[in-house]
Amino acid sequence: MTSRAACDIEALADDAWLLRFGDRIDPELNAAVHAMAARLRALDPPWLRDVVPAFASLAVFFDAAEDPARVHAALLELVEDGGASALPLRPRDGVIEIPVLYGGEHGPDLEASAAELGLSPRELVVRHSAGDYTVAMIGFAPGFPYLSGLDPALALPRLATPRARVAAGSVAIGGAQTGIYPRESPGGWRLLGRTPWPLFDPRREPPTRLQPGDRVRFRAIDAEEFARLASRQDAAS
Amino acid sequence: MTRQLHVLAPGLLTTVQDRGRSGWRHLGVAHAGALDVDAARIANRLVGNDADAAVLEFTLRGPTLRFDAPSRIAIVGASPVVLFEGEIVPSGRPVELPAGTLELGALRGGARAWLAIDGGIDVEPVLGSRSTDLRGGFGGLDGRALGAGDVLPIGMGSARQVDTPHAPAWWIDPAHDTHLPIRYIPGAHPSASALARRSWTISASSNRQGLRLQGDALPAPGGDGVSEPVAPGTIQLPADGCPIVLLADAQTVGGYAKLGHVIAADLPRLAQCVPGQPLHFAPVDAATAHRLACAARARIARIGVMIDARLPAI
Repeated sequence: MTSRAACDIEALADDAWLLRFGDRIDPELNAAVHAMAARLRALDPPWLRDVVPAFASLAVFFDAAEDPARVHAALLELVEDGGASALPLRPRDGVIEIPVLYGGEHGPDLEASAAELGLSPRELVVRHSAGDYTVAMIGFAPGFPYLSGLDPALALPRLATPRARVAAGSVAIGGAQTGIYPRESPGGWRLLGRTPWPLFDPRREPPTRLQPGDRVRFRAIDAEEFARLASRQDAAS
Repeated sequence: MTRQLHVLAPGLLTTVQDRGRSGWRHLGVAHAGALDVDAARIANRLVGNDADAAVLEFTLRGPTLRFDAPSRIAIVGASPVVLFEGEIVPSGRPVELPAGTLELGALRGGARAWLAIDGGIDVEPVLGSRSTDLRGGFGGLDGRALGAGDVLPIGMGSARQVDTPHAPAWWIDPAHDTHLPIRYIPGAHPSASALARRSWTISASSNRQGLRLQGDALPAPGGDGVSEPVAPGTIQLPADGCPIVLLADAQTVGGYAKLGHVIAADLPRLAQCVPGQPLHFAPVDAATAHRLACAARARIARIGVMIDARLPAI
């Protein structure tokens, strides 16, 4: 796929430019964002500090001692160059499979969510785990992946009153997206299940297994496998 | 034996900070770091540390600390009353201390100050930095603010053996002019320029993540927009119309409307805003922001050269 990266460049900070490809959540815009992020990382100019892809925009942080106008010119050149340069335009290949124990104490909203959608809990699990997702961006908290690609029929409004405590690893639906809470925190998304996977471990580099742009699938597991995988994680840490 | 720093009383919010964490924002990891990196840098320079050594940042009221070995310290920022074993110790200069207890009181003229110790706070770096990420719960000391009873390791230093506190007669005063408005580059939002026409007050719910402003609310959009990257200095406009100015612990993305960003040269001044204090904004253009940033860097470099010239004499 070529990235026809028509975008505006605006100032985000004295040491950051924001490349905006659009202002809506759209798989094509998001793909253009990740393509540009990959190109920037591949080029790795000496002034580059951080590349932050979001749904339809990309922040480029640079060395504060660099002249912002020079960085702007370099980015403009990159944008105008579009898909012409044959740098990698695709995120990492392959699909990352995330094991999830749906329902019960690990997915306290599964039954109510299914009822609200007019599905059985089993149907909701099947359809949620059948989806092909993309890590549209990571944010909100360290390692929190916003996954696009949710079946539109599974979209659910956030809870009117967020929970004070959501368990680490909770797999949830919020609006038209699905995501995973990396760490115990407050949260208002509907909790369908939980993964034994650690989503964020600052003691590792990189601290996440998921990277922005990665493709993801969920695999339903039973309590026994959850316990086995969770103990393996404990042993590894 | 390595030196240790014992926390007898933690102050209001005391954290280990260095220049912050970069390279991990795409994974939702905040930059963190000293809210005024220039002040932290000067404090480090005064004790002969590298610019990226970790210091203690304290807020409104400082901690009480016991040094178990001679140390050289420097305090830069809002000025606290500092007592070493009951004797007043000056700020803004290197001070040689024997083992003993250092008590940092309430800060005057600002919200924050930084304490550097020769050798630096030697906690384990996490993702390339010793800075505390309070929201992420890592870095610094177990990802949290200091508490009574904590013990911090101090790196290899160059302090002399002294029997009483010893400080030179000169000092560095990198204070900021608190009366000037905060300069910002307005964005495209319709309320972007109105920000400068209203007066604001710093809310008590402000923290290292952001300054919350109170005042005559600005017209704001109803729902959240599509989340976009944000940065320290980003001025957000939530639905209640009261702006938030993000600081070093800013989240990496946010859905609120943006009014623009505070220029780099004025970010250190935001660190000194105390709750209840009035705040005004003035729009500037990018060329002015760049000129002011260069001037600020040159000023800090000059201070550094001055310090280096005087350090050997003490």
